[in-house]
Amino acid sequence: MKTHLLTMTAGAALLASLAHAEEVRVYNWSDYIDEDLLTKFEEETGIDLIYDVFDSNELLETKMLAGGSGYDVVVPSGTFLQRQIAAGAFQKLDMSKLPNHGNLWDKIKERTAEYDPGGEYSINYMWGTTGIGYNVGKVTEILGEDAPVNSWDLVFDPANMEKLAECGVHFLDAPAEMIPAALNYIGEDPDSHDPEVIAKAEEVFAPIRPYIQKFHSSEYVNALANGDICVAVGWSGDVFLAQFRASEAENGQEIDYSIPNEGAQMWFDQMAIPVDAPNPDAAHKFINFILDAQNAAAATNYVWYASGNKAAQEFIDQEILDYPAVYPDEETLAKLFTTTPYDPRVQRTVTRLWTKIKSGT
Amino acid sequence: MRRFILIAVPYLWLVALFLIPFVIVLKISLSDVALARPPYFPQLDLSAGWEGLTSFFSALDFENFWFLTTDDLYWKAYLSSLQIALTSTVMTLLVGYPIAYAMARAAPEWRPTLLMLVILPFWTSFLIRVYAWMGILSNEGLLNQFLLWLGVINEPLTILNTNIAVYIGIVYTYLPFMILPIYSALERMDDSLLEAAEDLGCSRLSAFWLVTVPLSKNGIIAGCFLVFIPTIGEFVIPSLLGGSGTLMIGKVLWEEFFSNRDWPVASAVAVILLLILVIPIILFQRNEQKQREAEG
Repeated sequence: MKTHLLTMTAGAALLASLAHAEEVRVYNWSDYIDEDLLTKFEEETGIDLIYDVFDSNELLETKMLAGGSGYDVVVPSGTFLQRQIAAGAFQKLDMSKLPNHGNLWDKIKERTAEYDPGGEYSINYMWGTTGIGYNVGKVTEILGEDAPVNSWDLVFDPANMEKLAECGVHFLDAPAEMIPAALNYIGEDPDSHDPEVIAKAEEVFAPIRPYIQKFHSSEYVNALANGDICVAVGWSGDVFLAQFRASEAENGQEIDYSIPNEGAQMWFDQMAIPVDAPNPDAAHKFINFILDAQNAAAATNYVWYASGNKAAQEFIDQEILDYPAVYPDEETLAKLFTTTPYDPRVQRTVTRLWTKIKSGT
Repeated sequence: MRRFILIAVPYLWLVALFLIPFVIVLKISLSDVALARPPYFPQLDLSAGWEGLTSFFSALDFENFWFLTTDDLYWKAYLSSLQIALTSTVMTLLVGYPIAYAMARAAPEWRPTLLMLVILPFWTSFLIRVYAWMGILSNEGLLNQFLLWLGVINEPLTILNTNIAVYIGIVYTYLPFMILPIYSALERMDDSLLEAAEDLGCSRLSAFWLVTVPLSKNGIIAGCFLVFIPTIGEFVIPSLLGGSGTLMIGKVLWEEFFSNRDWPVASAVAVILLLILVIPIILFQRNEQKQREAEG
């Protein structure tokens, strides 16, 4: 249909050039790549790259389950990947087309095998943690020098939240991450699938709810950077992006990120190819391009998320490798936890609880 | 024959763009959720012939509609959406009517320019305009900075992420839909009617209530429908400008569809929303028709 319109409006010459250009459509998280890499890919392969972004796993999952998304490469996180594999949304990767897959980091591969046994369907893009981003100046001003920035007390203790409310606190609108964080805080199993245990998360949120300004999964980046809010429970690299934007704007806001002492959720974003991808060949080329040690390093140097690529570490800035909030040391790593997908019944309980926490109904 | 074609075109339009999509949504609302692509069961398998068809229909049930009654979230969200839509329609009318009135009373050579100014915002994407409001209403935003500078307030007002911001967003966005029909009704009005009213001893104010308002009634009704109907299912404005406490059915639908991956329940929510909208409109139209018959 589109082609017919083009013939009528744009003329045959344009059509011919369009028909010959090979295309690959990539759907990745927002603010998650060095855009120079996109041009580099196009130059190296001659393939036109169409790069779209999303900010929630739920949005991506709906496109995958509906089918016909038109994307060749998508990047779901672990638990979502696992469920989508079960629903038959992805095709197996052809490792012969991914000569760079030997660059992967075995330690990360072991952890992602939980979601994709044998790594048949997916390749790790990056991984990170869900912790606390904060405005150093504003938080010290309100809570003093000994503000508990390295503890979940900062956001789950109502006494702190009551004071922080005046400068603004955001939480991720991601129940699959916020409820485990709350359960972990009260000493329950963060990966519990027992509705009675999950319900306990409400007791954590109820007293702090009035002090939470917003639940949103991408707005906090700019809000932190502009100084509109002073604390956000968010994803590691996104907070670093806020830090970078604030320093670039020279607005005097100093942003930092912490993995709380009580432990935090570790997550993995995995590149996968939808079963109905229009151009799986080009999709493999794109994944192989990202698997290249230097390219993977360039992405990490730009977004400050840890790479699942071992060979890339040679090219990653030493500053990042030494930064425990990005590459946690062994001690912190031991405290990080992962979660597994909920079945539909438990998922409904979780979503319902989350709506109740957010809206009070 | 020609007349038949003329009538058939809008009906085909209605069938293709309303009835067929509605039947599809209705069908999904009677299915069960499944871990598959697409994520519901049963799928209609035409290749299995008659047997496929019967097993398909026997697997459909009203379980999802029953489910909606078991949780108070849904009716609370419907009520809250209705309340937000009603309030914002009234507010849009209160803001829009004087503007439309002033436009219709303006000198004829000015009217095209004024009309243009009302339509002008549509040249910018709706999303960008809503984002601009985020910049205006935020704690460090333009409005607060201006008020602080004036000395009217000492502390920034929290407007963004509250219901007030939602109302501002809705009134701003839908204002042209209220102004345009009222303006076109007022513009057609014969001024000599007002003179006649005054000659017969009406004050200007009572002439306005007794002549102008009734004559612009159709414009008011059209404007109110154009604002009320899209507002009740509004998702973008509450999710960008509203806080987490803003409960609207559009957001509940989003949760069902995206977070729970429960397309059948999401469809049931959508079917009921449609009924809530369609039934009062049908009743209203029937009432109008009766009145017209009584007058005629």
